[in-house]
Amino acid sequence: MKPFFSPGDKVKVRAADVTTHCRTPHYLRGKRGVVARVFGAFPNPEALAYHRIGVPYQPLYQIAFDFNEVWGRRERNTVITADILQHWLERDN
Amino acid sequence: MTHDHSHPQHDHGHDHDPHAPVNEAHGVRPESALLERALRELLIEKNVFTAADLQRQIELTESRNPELGAQVVAHAWTDPQYKARLLTDAKPAIESFLGIDLNLTPALTVVENTRERHHVICCTLCSCYPRAVLGIPPAWYKSAEYRARVVAEPRAVLAEFGTELPDDVEIRVVDSTADMRYMVLPLRPRHTEHMSEAELVTLITRDAMIGVTVLVLSEPRR
Repeated sequence: MKPFFSPGDKVKVRAADVTTHCRTPHYLRGKRGVVARVFGAFPNPEALAYHRIGVPYQPLYQIAFDFNEVWGRRERNTVITADILQHWLERDN
Repeated sequence: MTHDHSHPQHDHGHDHDPHAPVNEAHGVRPESALLERALRELLIEKNVFTAADLQRQIELTESRNPELGAQVVAHAWTDPQYKARLLTDAKPAIESFLGIDLNLTPALTVVENTRERHHVICCTLCSCYPRAVLGIPPAWYKSAEYRARVVAEPRAVLAEFGTELPDDVEIRVVDSTADMRYMVLPLRPRHTEHMSEAELVTLITRDAMIGVTVLVLSEPRR
């Protein structure tokens, strides 16, 4: 699967209520960020965890979040990055 | 309790009291040790892997330690071209320099700390860690407290490690949530221009490559 987003793109993490295995931490769901890096595609961990082979592979992105966007309070000059798979991201215009 | 030398939790190569309760001494709960042993014996019995495979894996794991990361960092400090390669594509740069095979280890990215930006790594979901170059993570790295607090109050957590950075230095908390592992390339301390690569290696600590500390040249011994 080709990467859909590029560095600098504004994205929003889906606020899906997935309770089975996934690698999208709850504290970032529904939060807005910017694509910092584009990595290759990786087997989908949500399938791997249940003995499936994880296709289609999902492009992985490092997303940078402003601290205030994540926690709703200020921390001086602080950014949080996390690695989020493409199917958890939507474009944020 | 018998003293089982094939136990993978057992820390080989040091002197110890043979009468000490092994599990407690190593901080492993007896029920966990029992579960590990039962699982290990079953996997070997069912030919999922052999005892020799397991031993090899333990030796490989134990051969990885922060000395590897330190060698890479010192080389990157002294060779700008190497640093550029390391920051662009870490694995091949590390493999060729250290002569080790990272084929079976997870993807790895090295992030550079500068006077403008300080990275600190964590894994809020579990304990992902650049084991290939730093070995086994310290217990605090895996603790719920570090994992929860470093993303929620990073400057306070860094201060507890003795790291107080001015407001004009951006803190970047790098949460390794997926398949990528991260190692920090610490900022080279001031007044080390005269030092050789081998001397530089001795300055570089595990904690600086996690990003919870910064490196400072200590006063020369008299």
